[in-house]
Amino acid sequence: MARNKRAIPEINAGSMADIAFLLLIFYLVTTTMDTDKGINRKLPPWDEEIIEDPPIIKERNIFTVLVNSNDQLLVEDEYIEISQLREKAMEFIDNNGDGSCTYCKGFKIPTSADNPDKAVISLQNDRGTSYGMYVKVQNELVAAYEDLREKYAEEEYGKSYRGMDPKEDKDIIKEIKTAYPQKISEAEPLNIGG
Amino acid sequence: MAVIKKKKDKALPAVNTSALPDIVFMLLFFFMVATVMREVDLKVSVNKPQATEIQKLERKSLVTYIYAGSPRAKFQDKFGRSPRIQLNDAFATIDDVQSFVVQEREKKSEEDRPMMTMSIKADKSVKMGLISDIKLQLRKAQALKINYSSLQPKDVDALYSSEN
Repeated sequence: MARNKRAIPEINAGSMADIAFLLLIFYLVTTTMDTDKGINRKLPPWDEEIIEDPPIIKERNIFTVLVNSNDQLLVEDEYIEISQLREKAMEFIDNNGDGSCTYCKGFKIPTSADNPDKAVISLQNDRGTSYGMYVKVQNELVAAYEDLREKYAEEEYGKSYRGMDPKEDKDIIKEIKTAYPQKISEAEPLNIGG
Repeated sequence: MAVIKKKKDKALPAVNTSALPDIVFMLLFFFMVATVMREVDLKVSVNKPQATEIQKLERKSLVTYIYAGSPRAKFQDKFGRSPRIQLNDAFATIDDVQSFVVQEREKKSEEDRPMMTMSIKADKSVKMGLISDIKLQLRKAQALKINYSSLQPKDVDALYSSEN
């Protein structure tokens, strides 16, 4: 009876904090917080055979971007800086040469693209081009499309394209993407300044 | 006098630390949830390029990484300084890329396979020759969804300056 009357001694939880700290430090050390971000692209499928007659695209509908091994840009036979590339590309895509694009604001220059659907950006780099420059050029070209889509979304729907929810505004996004389809073609790199 | 003496006799009460484990556990759970285990030891130095039009990579389980850059200082006497490819934990050659992709694809479940994304984590000073070779191998391996891993620049104008 005397034994039963005695209270159960409390478990000493003083070292619990130490154990928790140990685990905490382990997770702190092994953790990487960086979220992975980057430019999404799609590669063309590989084909052993060379396509016999590639589709003919009119010269005016091709926007050529060349990058040499010194990371210099040649756009439409003209030497430009990277900061001008986005604007040039936007002018080209939005040109509306044949007048079929009702929402375009281009200058209708006869030597530039017919409409956004026909406009193709052709990118070719050298094997000696730096990866950093390549990503920058890609970034500017993607940004040119995104900026045009942004403008279009503002006018047609009165809201920001970049701020749209991929699930809720699924149809709108699809519609905008068909208005300005992203057509960036990459040629095999040259090996001049490799 | 008696009053003062009485005060001196009292010992300072111990600070109650019983809530400490709770706080630590809270932190612990946060890190456990937010953590992504570091899968590989980087053997190449990767200074990512900067870009503004970047998208977040959803679902880490679908992403496979290919690293490219010059070997880190401690590997330089063995592997030299010229840029190399790293797959998983080891240096690799360009011919290994295709079989690596096939192997990684096998690991993923059937329905996830078409959604597999290859993330290219390359140093910005790497020449495009190497990247083009990787891209060609990826095309041959039918891994067509790629992502050029880049960072959001803190200052957008810095993107156009010549140093970066």
